[in-house]
Amino acid sequence: MRLEGRGQIDRDHPVRFTFDGRVIDAFRGDTVASALMANDIRVVGRSFKYHRPRGLYSAGSDEPNALVTTGRGRDALPNVRATMQEVWEGLDVTSQNRWPSLTRDVGAINDLFSPFLAAGFYYKTFMWPRAFWERVYEPLIRRAAGLGRLSGEAARDASEKAFAHCDVLVIGSGPAGLMAALTAARAGADVILAEEDSHMGGRLLSETDTIGGLSGPQWVGSVLNELTALPNVRVMERTTVTGAYDQGTYGALERVSLHRPPGRAPRECFWRIAATRTILAAGALERGVAFPGNDRPGVMLASALRTYVNRWGVAPGQSAVVWGNTDTAHRTARDLASAGIHVAAVIDARADATTTGDWPFYPGGEVLSTQGRLGLKGLQVRHGRREFTVWTDCLAVSGGWNPSVHLASHIGSRPVWRDDIQAFVAGPEPVPGMDVAGAANGIFDTAGCLADGLRAGNVAVQAIGLETHSPDLPDAEATPYAITPLWEVEGKGRAWLDLQNDVTTKDVRLAAQENFRSPEHMKRYTTQGMSPDQGKGSNVTALAVLAAATGATVAATGTTTYRPPFVPVTISAMGAGAKGKGFAPERFTPAHAAAVELGAPMIEAGLWYRPSFFPLSGERVWRESCDREVRMVRESVGVTEVSTLGKIEVMGPDAGTFLDVVYTNTMSSLAVGKVRYGLMLREDGHVMDDGTVARLSEDRFVLTTTTAAAAEVMRHLDFVAQGLRPGLNLRTVSVTEQWAQFAVAGPRSEALVRSILDDPAAGVLPFMGCTEASISGTGVRVFRISFSGEKGYEIAIPSDRGEALWRLLLAHARMLGGGPYGLEALNVLRIEKGFLTHAEMNGRSTAFDLGLQGMMSAKKDFIGKALAARPGLLGETREQLVGLRPVGAARMLTAGAYLFGEGAAATREAQQGFTTSVAWSPTLDTFLGLAFLVNGRARHGERLRMVDHMRNVEALVEVGPPCAFDPDGGRMRG
Amino acid sequence: MRYSGARVILEGLRGQRGWRPAWREPAPKSDYDIVIIGGGGHGLSTAYYLAREHGAKSVAVLERGWLGSGNIGRNTTIVRANYYLPGNSEFYSHSLKMWEGLERELNYNVMHSQRGLINLFHSDGQRDAFARRGNAMANQGDDAILLDRDGVRKHLPYLDFDNPRFPVYGGLLHPRGGTARHDAVAWGYARAADRRGVDLIQNCEVTGIDVQNGRVTGLQTTRGSIRAKKVGIVVAGRSSQVAAMAGLRLPIESHVLQAFVTEGLKPVINHVVSFGMGHFYISQSDKGGLVFGGDIDFYPSYAQRGNLPMAEHVMEAAMTLMPVIGQARVLRSWGGIMDMTPDGSPIIDKTGIDGLYIDCGWNYGGFKAVPASGFAFAHLIAQDRPHRIAERFRLDRFTTGRGLMDEEGTGAQHNLH
Amino acid sequence: MRLTCPHCGERDLREFAARGSAVVLSRPSAGASAEEWADYLHIRDNPAGEARDLFYHTPCGLWIEVTRSTITHAVIAARPVREAKP
Repeated sequence: MRLEGRGQIDRDHPVRFTFDGRVIDAFRGDTVASALMANDIRVVGRSFKYHRPRGLYSAGSDEPNALVTTGRGRDALPNVRATMQEVWEGLDVTSQNRWPSLTRDVGAINDLFSPFLAAGFYYKTFMWPRAFWERVYEPLIRRAAGLGRLSGEAARDASEKAFAHCDVLVIGSGPAGLMAALTAARAGADVILAEEDSHMGGRLLSETDTIGGLSGPQWVGSVLNELTALPNVRVMERTTVTGAYDQGTYGALERVSLHRPPGRAPRECFWRIAATRTILAAGALERGVAFPGNDRPGVMLASALRTYVNRWGVAPGQSAVVWGNTDTAHRTARDLASAGIHVAAVIDARADATTTGDWPFYPGGEVLSTQGRLGLKGLQVRHGRREFTVWTDCLAVSGGWNPSVHLASHIGSRPVWRDDIQAFVAGPEPVPGMDVAGAANGIFDTAGCLADGLRAGNVAVQAIGLETHSPDLPDAEATPYAITPLWEVEGKGRAWLDLQNDVTTKDVRLAAQENFRSPEHMKRYTTQGMSPDQGKGSNVTALAVLAAATGATVAATGTTTYRPPFVPVTISAMGAGAKGKGFAPERFTPAHAAAVELGAPMIEAGLWYRPSFFPLSGERVWRESCDREVRMVRESVGVTEVSTLGKIEVMGPDAGTFLDVVYTNTMSSLAVGKVRYGLMLREDGHVMDDGTVARLSEDRFVLTTTTAAAAEVMRHLDFVAQGLRPGLNLRTVSVTEQWAQFAVAGPRSEALVRSILDDPAAGVLPFMGCTEASISGTGVRVFRISFSGEKGYEIAIPSDRGEALWRLLLAHARMLGGGPYGLEALNVLRIEKGFLTHAEMNGRSTAFDLGLQGMMSAKKDFIGKALAARPGLLGETREQLVGLRPVGAARMLTAGAYLFGEGAAATREAQQGFTTSVAWSPTLDTFLGLAFLVNGRARHGERLRMVDHMRNVEALVEVGPPCAFDPDGGRMRG
Repeated sequence: MRYSGARVILEGLRGQRGWRPAWREPAPKSDYDIVIIGGGGHGLSTAYYLAREHGAKSVAVLERGWLGSGNIGRNTTIVRANYYLPGNSEFYSHSLKMWEGLERELNYNVMHSQRGLINLFHSDGQRDAFARRGNAMANQGDDAILLDRDGVRKHLPYLDFDNPRFPVYGGLLHPRGGTARHDAVAWGYARAADRRGVDLIQNCEVTGIDVQNGRVTGLQTTRGSIRAKKVGIVVAGRSSQVAAMAGLRLPIESHVLQAFVTEGLKPVINHVVSFGMGHFYISQSDKGGLVFGGDIDFYPSYAQRGNLPMAEHVMEAAMTLMPVIGQARVLRSWGGIMDMTPDGSPIIDKTGIDGLYIDCGWNYGGFKAVPASGFAFAHLIAQDRPHRIAERFRLDRFTTGRGLMDEEGTGAQHNLH
Repeated sequence: MRLTCPHCGERDLREFAARGSAVVLSRPSAGASAEEWADYLHIRDNPAGEARDLFYHTPCGLWIEVTRSTITHAVIAARPVREAKP
């Protein structure tokens, strides 16, 4: 019900939203939770296992019961805490884990079977018959489990990520956080003040005590006015710091626009905040008490009830009982009474407690059980020897306060037990650069929190080398904190710990009985604390119950490990920007658009795109285009773009000496104006990459790498240069993106190249020669190299002229009867020649395997030389590169198939090798394959069985050399 | 005490009073025939098979924390046998067969769920590589199915087929691949080993390994000295430290691998899905949480926690591959310490010290190996010779270069996996 | 995690590529024995505590040796590998 004249809601602005289709009237400033309470809706969710009806339990992000779904379809967001969701006009809220409705849920039948569903029962059954697990038991369990439901539609990529940097990050804006932020801000530090709630102020928004003569909200307002006016302060509300990471890095989730109708603003923003100092002032979370029937809707945390009454002007009923073990209980009762709620009883676990109010008071009393089905109706109370019933709608319960030490524990520090406050607090500097202040530091009075915030602020200011300017501390409530342990009340019936996962005290005791006694065993066996609230409200209580069951103290029992995130974070926020193409950069070559114009399908090659083939009208399948392009290259001339190859320049007097270290063959002896094919090994003796090395001048080389290995080779060169040969004088620079490069291949390639060069004579180059030339006045580099086996050139031109050169090359090629060719043809051409790609340089192959052992210089050291000489990397047992042709009735080859002796069974033990690349060769009118075969070089002429189970292909093949076309290379040298 | 549905009902009727401890809590004796250092999945299964297969009567497992507190308690629960290099092929194939009988063997429901695992591929080259993998599996006698794009769509209709950065070309379906409840595997082996007389000793850290004349004689621990005829080291990320107590240096670097779980959700992902282009793999637990992970953080670490760049990268992979889970919330993240070998494959071998054996180097793939690793390691310890399914997991392969098993082809040296 | 590049200053981990132990800087000479080579490439002290590890700062191309704790992830020092003594 709504309480007149209370709360910080805007009663001039009504807001309507729907809950399970029912229209709910609310006001601006309400949360879904406060609005449901205002409308007397008591059941807000169903529990995970037993489908018990559940009501609002807290008023913050620790809410275990009121998990709802907002929105529909692609905007549907499951497991939203109703306590955190602000209302907006038209908001669509649906309850979860119930069918057909919250109040009549068929799944509640589980509750009848609860005697058989104790902790870990599933480990002991469902084992027979075996096949039933996947077919019967598991589907049943899966359907019953889970809370919310994803809509099944792709989420929008509507969030974003950002970085922020600051001197001081203040987490939490209660009295300690505000005072810390003010202290740091006045000293001139760059401050970020992050607050999870929609409004700054923390508990001050929920309480009625005054600060410096002002109400809590007024004082908060005055501090905020000052902070927001300062240029060095960034105030971030709706921002939960979710995790602490190394070197002062924090993750934070900002709910940017989830509190208003969807618009153009991002929904959420995931922040990476780098802070020199951090002040954790995240407050404390109240904990409940485990007593029989404590999950009844209407049983809630005392602090939550106080928040609902004071901040939102709502109450769950006409009357309430307050039960606790600290003065919190009495302050709650005072606020309830002043709001006109009948305080039916105040029960204080402390036998020596006194009270000031005019209500039935039971010091040393306890609640034994609850009554009511879909909502609390009454309580069984024990006071002294007397047991009696108190009729009430609501029980406000407080078992004490747990400081929010989660973030302090994220990078390994264990919290420490304090007997005087019956709670865990953080150890000293639990995270480098972090200070803990206020209630998070175990200080539970407002004056103490203000003073501790000031202290922490000053520590931070000094640590970053600024002068302190301490603000004055205002007068505030300063009640000493006195607590007596109140964890559980044993009795008939179930007493819940983890409300979400339906873990009861019996489950914890059963775990102890079965020797799951360490907190981690207990947690994992019972699922205590593995629910969406990560046990925020129940873990410490569960540890106390475990301690009691094992005869240990809570301090000795210890906690489980706190892990990020502090509150669950959507994948769409932490993965923002990655949907669709956003996952990785897209790299486009200079002639990309021109290739697309020609209708070429563009396919991914690492981060790049390359044209697959260039279809002509009338060609129906890729093979027709590919075969034509292969013939074109073999018969006239073809042009293809190779800009994606890595291009690295190595410069300096010692460049040649350096290249001798990284390549297996000698590069220092390369003459200026010459190109050499080079092979690079990893230190482990396997091939890393191949490419060409051209010497442009005495102290300047340009290397090419394969497309895939460009970045790896660059790192490797820098490693060798800086780490292994620091004495050599050279520089490396990647120029992949600075140069567009085109291959021109075919018998008419020279004619084509000569026709476009400003000085045609420059096109007369010997095989493996290179020169600098110009085209229409633009400097180019011309290399006489071939990856097709035909006479060929590669021409490199500054990238901005790349497209123009491509168009020029095509125009001239067409005049010569040639044209463009794509990746498919390029692959066929190189397979015909037995040239390598990463299908053969597969990371496990050696120069020996590839038949390139001749390229390993005996005269010098190079990377990989020593370890390539290991006995296991040489000899007859190695799989060596061979060529294959089909010889039987089946004419088709496939890549990834295995080779077996003719007539041998296709088993692992009989494996002889496998195919790496295959192609239909229009030149030779047959399929060709490259393969690795045990001792393959000695087996040319042998027939083998190729089996591809996956594609259902089997063929008889004949082994030959890798090169099937023009083995002498006469065409290439031409 | 035998677990069964009938027993669950009986105990339900009498208030669960009859359940007995899953394992005893013995004090360490001064003398054992065999001591296993490490009470994780591999150590517990080793102890179990020593008792079960080799009749070992005097076996202890020493665990410095709680049983199952290592990587068996912090992984992404995937059980598969889709390796293709000889050595790995036969080993994981054997391991999967053991999984298939594990629940009855242990009388413990580890919830092994053979829901099918699909490795997606995104280029013609990757298709060939996965075809090879599938063919190797078939040669080994296991099943594999190469799916085209439509085949993947039938199994995983929720993937982004329309506008992904790396289009799905197809996938390799491993029908018998799946998941298991990770903690239950540790508990199942612990209980079964305990029932066969193995002493499981928790909170007992080994501080020294006694070696005399090249032979192991016992251990120093935080709970006193223990004499032992044979000692097996099975401590994953801690292998280097424990081996150093015997003066051994290993080809191991320890790294952190993060994993993530979301809040519980109604069923949405019914397979294990692996996205090679993004180092991302995911399944949904029976409880409803989406369990997923990515690549290691790449810096050496013993911290059991990671940093944001890899965590974000993993979420980004999820967004491009299956934006349908974008609205799910990550509940918890954690890190495990991976004992990385140069070639990414494990070691089960003798050491240079008589009676001292080591089982390590499981990289980021040790969970599925738990049954066969324990089985093979127990064989090695008991018989002093390797079992045929693990005979290639030799320490000296890095020196000789023989039988390197670099499944990924990224290099047989550190920091490339 | 944040590391300090001696060229560029403190930067987020995502700008770096990690390469593990700095012992790879101590490459054996060409004539070393097979055992020395195998040790060099494979065997690691793998310290739980202070370690020297290599990182490559991708934007500027500098290889750095970072002295750090593998337990706490604290960074103690960072310098270019050119200045690191093998």
